[in-house]
Amino acid sequence: MMNILKKAVKAVVSISVLILIWELFVLTGRFEKSLLPSPAVVFTGIAKMIMDGTLFTNLKVSIARFLAGYLAAALAGVAFGLLLGWNKKVWAFIDPVIQVLRPISPIAWFPFIVLWFGIGDAPAVVIIFIAAFFPILLSTVSGVGNVDAIYMKVADNFGIKQPGLLFKIVFPSAFPHIANGLHLALGSAWVFLVAGEMVGAQSGLGFMIIDARNSLRSDLVLAGIIIIGVLGLLLDRLIRLLENRIKRQWGVISEERN
Amino acid sequence: MFISVSDASREYFFKDKGKTTALHKVNLEIEKGEFICLLGPSGCGKSTLLNLIAGFDKPTSGQVSINGEVVLKPSEDRITIFQNYGLLPWRNVLRNVELGLEAKKIPKKERRRIAEEYIELVGLSAYKNHYPAQLSGGMQQRVALARALAVDPDILLMDEPFGALDAMTRMSMQDEIERLWQEKKKTIIFVTHDIEEAVFLADRIVIMTPSPGRIKSIIKVPLARKRDRTGVDFFKIRDKVFAEFGLKDTVEPDYYL
Repeated sequence: MMNILKKAVKAVVSISVLILIWELFVLTGRFEKSLLPSPAVVFTGIAKMIMDGTLFTNLKVSIARFLAGYLAAALAGVAFGLLLGWNKKVWAFIDPVIQVLRPISPIAWFPFIVLWFGIGDAPAVVIIFIAAFFPILLSTVSGVGNVDAIYMKVADNFGIKQPGLLFKIVFPSAFPHIANGLHLALGSAWVFLVAGEMVGAQSGLGFMIIDARNSLRSDLVLAGIIIIGVLGLLLDRLIRLLENRIKRQWGVISEERN
Repeated sequence: MFISVSDASREYFFKDKGKTTALHKVNLEIEKGEFICLLGPSGCGKSTLLNLIAGFDKPTSGQVSINGEVVLKPSEDRITIFQNYGLLPWRNVLRNVELGLEAKKIPKKERRRIAEEYIELVGLSAYKNHYPAQLSGGMQQRVALARALAVDPDILLMDEPFGALDAMTRMSMQDEIERLWQEKKKTIIFVTHDIEEAVFLADRIVIMTPSPGRIKSIIKVPLARKRDRTGVDFFKIRDKVFAEFGLKDTVEPDYYL
């Protein structure tokens, strides 16, 4: 409890200092107001977005896209990961292809995505899918490859055969790895949610920023950026809690450390 | 004979430096219900021999047969207990013990009943909903024992099962395994490098020596159970084992204080 309090105090202090510096820069008066809006103006902007419902409307749309893309990636990544991790020979052929595809920014696919999937919600969802799929796939494959030999021996000894072997031994044993991949994927999917919505959508958090830019409201642009950052942080904390619970249960970390 | 190891060798071949012989022409006959300890220093092939009997590994020459059938693969008739327990950390005690019963396609209710019976047998009823990470080493090994016994195997193969436990816990686990052996009438083959453990538990101690791994001799332990770890007869047998390993000073002292 004390630790949480101390951490919170530190966070408040560092953010306050950041805002203070920001305010000081504005106070020097050397920056055009539209180039660097003051904290007060930006926070008024955030308050206004919350009050008039624009934030909530756009947030709903973004979260729906995010969930669709992320969950699809989680399902596909884990399913393919289990299959490919298990069939090492097949994986040896697939792996080079994955290594080529993985470093490509999902945004680079955008022209094709629009051609193949049209406009509307689909492009953002597909971009989130691409962003989340690879980390989940790779961590699942590595998790399946790292199943402790003793579990396999025990399963062999008790006569556990497929599909029981996969669901009772391999999947749960790989689960801490998979959870780690899901965590990584969440971060990159969140980054590309905004990017996806900036290039191809008419709603959502990313669009909110583009819309503010188009109406030359730098205060609202900055407000949107801050909101996205805070939400991303909250999401990360949420999944980290889940991940730590899993790891403690699995005995990967035995005691809580700080 | 119940378990019969005949001329079994296990060699490992390496590309660059030829082969090493982990086990060289081992012959061993074990009767049903016997408590056998395989005793020796590391590298003497005792775990290799256990793995051959378990069916996790195959001899490069010779064979192992049980009830007249050659061992080719693992079976739920002979369950191995490992030094590091091999419990599934994502399952609680109850579900860990049920693991082997699930593979036997026993209905859920029956499974639960059998699992609870064996958890009771190892004295862990109060912990049946705990997860392995919440239990001490000794308790985890009890869970592994309950899991093994629940599928009612003929043979228990134990690979230095108490090697990771402290001395006191070790002794209470030795008492426990002796009790379970007498109660359930299993055949137990128990690998250890602890001489006193072997003398306390075994009907016969199989003494093994390294490079190449082979059986040096077999010592019978004709002591009544439950054995007294501090008794004179116990020490006599222990001395005999020490002598087999050449660990006993044979020079008589000139005088005693």
